[in-house]
Formats: sequence, C-alpha cells, structure tokens
Amino acid sequence: MSELIQFLFSGVTVGAVYALVALGFTIIYNASDVVNFAQGEFVMLGGMITWFAHEAGLPLPLAALIAIVLTSALGVAMNKLAIEPARGAPVVSLIIITIGASIFIQGTAQLVFGKQIHTFPAFSGDTPIHVGGATILPQSLWMIAGALAVFLALWLFFSRTLLGRAVMATANNRLAAQLVGINTNFVMTLSFALSAAIGALGGVLATPVTLTAYGVGIGFALKGFAGAMLGGMGNPKGALLGGFLIGLIEALTAGYLSSQYKDAVAFVVILLVLFFLPQGLFGRKTTDRV
Amino acid sequence: MTRSDKETLLSVEGLGIAFGGLKAVNNVSFGVRPGEIVSIIGPNGAGKTTLFNMISGIYLPSMGQVTLSGEDVTGIAPHLLARRGMSRTFQNLQIFQSMTVLENAIAGYHLQERGPVLADLFGLPSSRARAKRAEAGARKLLERVGLDRAAEREAGNLSYGSLKRLEIARALALDPKILLLDEPAAGCNAVETEEIDHLIAEVAASGVAILLVEHDMKMVMRISNHIVVLDHGEKIAEGDPATVSRNPAVVAAYLGAENADG
Repeated sequence: MSELIQFLFSGVTVGAVYALVALGFTIIYNASDVVNFAQGEFVMLGGMITWFAHEAGLPLPLAALIAIVLTSALGVAMNKLAIEPARGAPVVSLIIITIGASIFIQGTAQLVFGKQIHTFPAFSGDTPIHVGGATILPQSLWMIAGALAVFLALWLFFSRTLLGRAVMATANNRLAAQLVGINTNFVMTLSFALSAAIGALGGVLATPVTLTAYGVGIGFALKGFAGAMLGGMGNPKGALLGGFLIGLIEALTAGYLSSQYKDAVAFVVILLVLFFLPQGLFGRKTTDRV
Repeated sequence: MTRSDKETLLSVEGLGIAFGGLKAVNNVSFGVRPGEIVSIIGPNGAGKTTLFNMISGIYLPSMGQVTLSGEDVTGIAPHLLARRGMSRTFQNLQIFQSMTVLENAIAGYHLQERGPVLADLFGLPSSRARAKRAEAGARKLLERVGLDRAAEREAGNLSYGSLKRLEIARALALDPKILLLDEPAAGCNAVETEEIDHLIAEVAASGVAILLVEHDMKMVMRISNHIVVLDHGEKIAEGDPATVSRNPAVVAAYLGAENADG
C-alpha cells in the first residue's frame, strides 16, 4: 500500500510538469490550431536561465522571475520571426516550423549553458514529508500547486474574459475575428508570450526535482503533448487532467512493470487516444463545412 | 434625397491592384454617402470582390487611396477598419462555425464589450453588465434578421441563407457607419432574397452607408441609389439605376454578355 502511495506521489509530481506543458500547448492551439513543439524548450529554458542567474549570484525568486520574463520574450520573438512570416501557410507547415525552432533553441542552449546537468535549491528545503508510509518532497507540492494555479487562471481567462474569448474566436475563424475588430496579431503574440511563460514556470518549479540540461525539452514536449491529446487538445481542463494522468501512468508503469518502459508509455497513450478517442476526454468537437 | 446633399463618407480614388502582370482592378474611383446604397456590378471576373478586398483591408492596393470619414485608410488592417466604422460580409461566408448563432452575433459586440481584463476575471458587476448588454443587443439583432429562434443552435448547422443573414447581423452589431455586403443574396431563394432586400433598405434608412456587390440585377436595380459598373477591372459607367441600365457600354459589357440571365 505504501508502495502504491509512493508511486502515486511521484506520478502527480512529474504529472504536474506535464500538465503545465499541456496547458502551454492549449493556449497556442486555441489561438491558431498550431501545436507548438518548442513548448518543451520553454520548460528547459525556465530551468536553465534560473540556474544561470542564480549561479551568477541573484536570489532565487529574482532569478526565476528573470527566467520567466526572458522565456516569454523568446516566445514572442519566435512568433514574430518564425510563425508570423509564414502566416497563411498550412497548419502542418507551422507545426514543422515549431519543431525547427525547438531544435534551434536546444542547440543554442547547448552552446550557451553547456552540456552539463544543472539544478538549483528547492524552494522550501529537501526534507521529505511523510504521508501514509510514503514520502513526498515539499517541491512536489510547489509543482502541483503551480499546475493547479495556472489551470485556474487559464480557465477563468478563457471562460470569462473577452480577451480569452477573442483568442478562441481567432482560432475558430481568423478573418471573421478581424472583421469584428479583434487584433489577431496581438492575440497570437499574447498566446506565445503566455504559453512560453507557463512553460518556463514549469521549468522553474520542476528543476530542483527533475534536474535540467539542454536536451530535456523534447521529453517534456512529447509527454505534455500526450497529456494534451488525452485530455482533448484545446481544453484547459483536459490538459490539466491529461498531464496528471500521463504522469501517473508513467510512474505506475515504472513502479510495477519496469522503469525501462517509462518513456514508452506516453507514446502508447498517444496511439490509443488516436485510435479510440481522437477528441480526447474533453476535446471540442469539430464540424467543418465544405 | 439627391446625391449631393451629404458629405462623402467613403471615397475611393484611383484604386488599383495588379497580381503579377495582371491588372485585376485599375484606376477605380467613386464615393459613398451616409444612408446611400451604392452597388458595384459587372460581369464575373470584373474585379468586384477584389475591389471590396482592397477597400476592406484584405488586399493592399498597388495604387490609389481609400478615405473613410476624411481619413486615409488605404491598406490598414481589417480590425482597425472595424474600429473606424467599416464592417463587411463575405461572399463565401466568414462565420464562427463551432459557436452558436447567438455567440456569433455577440462576437460582433467585441469592440463595445471591451473592458479591463481583471474586471472580467473577477466577474465584477461592470463586466457582467457589459456581457449582458452585448447579449441583449445580439438577441435583438437576431430577431431583426429572423434568426432569434435559432439562437442556441450551432452556426455550422444552419442553412446557407440563414448564415448570410447571421453574417449581416454580426456586421450590424459593430454599429458601422458603412456596411460592405459581398453578394448577400447569392444562393438564397426568392423569399430570402426579398427579406435581405428589406433588411438592407431598412439599414440604409437608419443612416448607414451600404456598399453592395450583387449579381441579382433585379435587386440591384430596385434598391440602389447609385451604381458603379466594372468591366475587366475598370470603371466603365456610373449613375442611378435608370441611367446605368440605358448606358450602351453597360449593355454591351454586362447585360449583353449575360442576357440569358434576364
């Protein structure tokens, strides 16, 4: 029993990061139907820049803030330099551009930060908390709280604010959105900025537990993507639940089967979702008129 | 009302665009006054929709100028034109397919409904009041175009004629000074055409300028105050319906070429 609880704890811990990545996917997808595969790089940069700034002598909260702001600016730059010039291109081309951006960011990070694995101190120390015969790190609680807070903020943003609904309208029909006076370029810039900031926050929260290196982004991107697909692309609720589910499935597989299958689980989930539940758990239904 | 007793609201001067070597529209000028219905007619491929797309900021003209309320608005983005009082519909419909009919109409109130994001986020009374006003306005407009009973249906499931009217309702929600309608009656049956016909006349009577592209010649002749005739991208004639329909160049280019349509 305590074993199961331990697996569940590690599942929700890592699931929180996947949920944050999945939430990042949600925003850009909602604004543009594009799945941004550089989302994982935002997580990597969040951790890396925080480490770098902390190492340079800045206090941790300031270093984290700098990391989030810089990553967010990079997200905006990515939209301006790589996505916007290709406007009008099919969504698939845009997705391939994001893969290119991801490789570029990864390569640059390798040059700037080196190939070593980095970390920085946990926010509230490393003393494990004992619950039901298992332990959980205080940092895990930070991660879970972070994912829930971002979810809540996004859910309110999309369901309540006019700006949030403008984002949805832009995805639904960009031209129609412009006709009613929505500045769709601003919507795109905003969604890249938000999405990158959320990814970076994930990196800031996770690095003390998961460690960071220039190449960790792709793993986060794929698992976050699996989470987003499982929950239903475009739905914040689905992203949150999907992310946590992937984390749990992964931890249980690693615990009860073999840790070697840990990374394969996300792919199995993607395949199963595509076969049996293409809309995901909470996905929006699509009706295309031709 | 004669043509000259009001200030020109929209004026198009020497407007033209070339795609590669092809001059799709060349040196076209005309003006639209408040409350007036101006129609652009011409055979297929004459450049009517291209002209519309330049006026409404979809295409950047390669020559000429568009002036709205005395300001140069040549080539500015559609969302900025919307803020300056220009609203349009499309021949091939631009609807939010997966939203409901009501939500589509509410989207038209986007500009009037804008307020502080934080007020929205915390659901402050000011934000709820704005949302309520937009919904009430949207319902009234749906009633006006005869779609009130379809308000909760998903827009993608509506008939073509209904979607045309929904698009007009959404365009009207912007409270425009000028409304550009690209073939509002295309694909509509006789009853629907007559409904749209009444709606346009009613909107114009309320002081909104209307610029219309339409193939239904009966409708054009019936409701227009002024007609601009295009052929091969050039303006070949303009004037009131009676003058234009007697113009030999128009008869040759348009009516002559398509007399099978009656």
